[in-house]
Amino acid sequence: MKLSQSSLLLSDFGGEMTIAEMNFFQRMIYILQQYGGSLVKGAATTMAIAIICTLLGCVIGFAVGLVQTTEPHKKDGLLKRGILRVVKFILTAYVEVFRGTPMMLQAAFIYYGMSQLFGINLGMWSAAIIIVSVNTGAYMAETVRGGILSVDPGQREGARAIGMSHFQTMLLVILPQALRNIMPQIGNNLIINIKDTCVLSIIGTVELFFTFKSISGALYTYFEAATVTMIIYFVLTFACSRILRYVESRMDGPSNFDLATTDTLAFTSGLTKYNAKKGGTF
Amino acid sequence: MEEILKIEHLVKTFGTNEVLKDIDFTVSKGNVISIIGASGSGKSTLLRCINMLEEATGGKILYHGKDILSGEVDEDKYRTKVGMVFQSFNLFNNYSVLDNCILGQTHVLKRNKEEAKAKAIEYLSKVGMAQYIKAKPRQLSGGQKQRVAIARALAMDPEVLLFDEPTSALDPEMVGEVLDVMKDLAEGGMTMLVVTHEMAFARDVSNRVIYMADGRIEEEGSPKDIFYNPQSPRTKEFLSRFTAN
Repeated sequence: MKLSQSSLLLSDFGGEMTIAEMNFFQRMIYILQQYGGSLVKGAATTMAIAIICTLLGCVIGFAVGLVQTTEPHKKDGLLKRGILRVVKFILTAYVEVFRGTPMMLQAAFIYYGMSQLFGINLGMWSAAIIIVSVNTGAYMAETVRGGILSVDPGQREGARAIGMSHFQTMLLVILPQALRNIMPQIGNNLIINIKDTCVLSIIGTVELFFTFKSISGALYTYFEAATVTMIIYFVLTFACSRILRYVESRMDGPSNFDLATTDTLAFTSGLTKYNAKKGGTF
Repeated sequence: MEEILKIEHLVKTFGTNEVLKDIDFTVSKGNVISIIGASGSGKSTLLRCINMLEEATGGKILYHGKDILSGEVDEDKYRTKVGMVFQSFNLFNNYSVLDNCILGQTHVLKRNKEEAKAKAIEYLSKVGMAQYIKAKPRQLSGGQKQRVAIARALAMDPEVLLFDEPTSALDPEMVGEVLDVMKDLAEGGMTMLVVTHEMAFARDVSNRVIYMADGRIEEEGSPKDIFYNPQSPRTKEFLSRFTAN
C-alpha cells in the first residue's frame, strides 16, 4: 500500500479526516475497516500454523520421549543396545540444538540453507510448518520424558504383572496418563506457538505479525496497529487456554460415578446415580 | 500334589548387598503359603523375583519343570499364570474398575469383549465390588482398591497368586475386608503365596508358613509347628513380639 493512499477519507465519521487528524480510537477503527480482512487472514494463518505445529510437535515429542525412556532389555544383544545408544544420542543432540538456538535463526537457517545448499525452495507454508513443528518437538520431547517419568512406577508393574508387553504397557497404561499429566504443558506450548509464529515473518510468512508490520508500515500508526494486533493475539491465546482447561476437565471425567445395582448386574439394564461427594444409598 | 513352582538356590544381590541367599522351596497346587519375617528380610524381593519384576542373580525358578530364568519360558505368558497383588494396589488410574479387570483379558489373553466382561463381573462380584464397575480407582477406598486388584489378577485365571503385603498400606478397619476375600480364595482352593505381617492370617488360613530372616529361609513348616513349636531361636524371638501382648 502506498503512502499517498493513507490519507483516505473516513466517511463514517461524517467529516473528511486524514489519519493525522484522527484520535486513537478513530485510528483503530480505521485500521479495522481498512485492514480487517488482512488481520483475520493473518490471525487464521497464525492459528493454523500454531495448532498444526503443536500437534505435529506433540507427535515428534512423544516419539522422541518414548525412545529416550526406553531401557534396553536384559536379553538384547550388543547390536540392539548399540543402535539404541546411537539413536538416543542423535535425539539428544536434536533436542539440545533446537532448544538452544533462537527459532528465528532456525527459520532463516533452514529456509535459506535449503535453497542455497540443495536448491530446494520450500514453500512458505511447508517451511513454516517444518520449523515450528521441529522446534516444538524438541521442547515436547523433554516434556513427554518428564510426563512418562511422572507416572507412578507401580502402574508399569501392575501392567507387566498381568502379562502385558512393554509396548502394550506404554500404549494402554503409561502414555495416556503421561498425556494427561502434560496437558497443561501442551497448552503452554500452543500459546507460545501462537505468539512465536511471529518470528516466521523473517521468511515472509504472512501471519498476524507480518500483517501488523504491513499496516504500521503503510499508515505509520505503530501504537494503534500494535494495540489492535495485541488484542487479537490475546483473544486467541485466552480462548485457547480456556478451551484446553475444558479439555482437561473432560479427560478427568466426572467426579461422580454410576453405581450398578445388583439387579442391573443380573439383567444388564439401567444404572442408578451415585454421588461420590455427597455419599448416597444404593 | 502337582508341583507348580520350584525355587532352587535362588540368589539376588543389589550391588554388593545380598538380599536373597540360597532360597529353596516348592509351591504345589492348592498350597497357601505365608511368608513372614521382619522388614528387610527379603520377603518382597523373593516375590518380585518369582514374578520377574526383579531379575534373580542366580539359581533357578522352575515353572512346571521349566526354568523361567533361562529364557525358555515366555515372560509375558508366564506372568499371566502367576498373578500378583501389590501392597500399593497398582490399579490403572486411567481406567474404570471394570476396564481394569478387562484390559489384560482382551489384550493379553485375546478374549472377546463379552467374555472378558462377564468374567470381570464374576470376579468383581466375588470380591464384593461389582457395584463399582463404573468407578475410577481414585474414587475408591484402599480396601476397595485392593479387592479390585485381586479381581483383576483373578480374571487372568492364574495358577498361582502372589500377594506382596496386600494389607500393609490399608487403614486398620479395611484390613479385614481384604483378608476375608483372601480367606475365601484360600478355601476355594486357590494356590497362594502371601507375604504378610498379619500373623492371624498366616496361622489360621495358610497351610504352610515360611519364616525368613536375613535373606534366608530360617524355618518352614505347618502353621502349628511355626507358631506353637518353633525350632529356631530367631523364629521364637520374632514371634514373641506378636504373642507378648
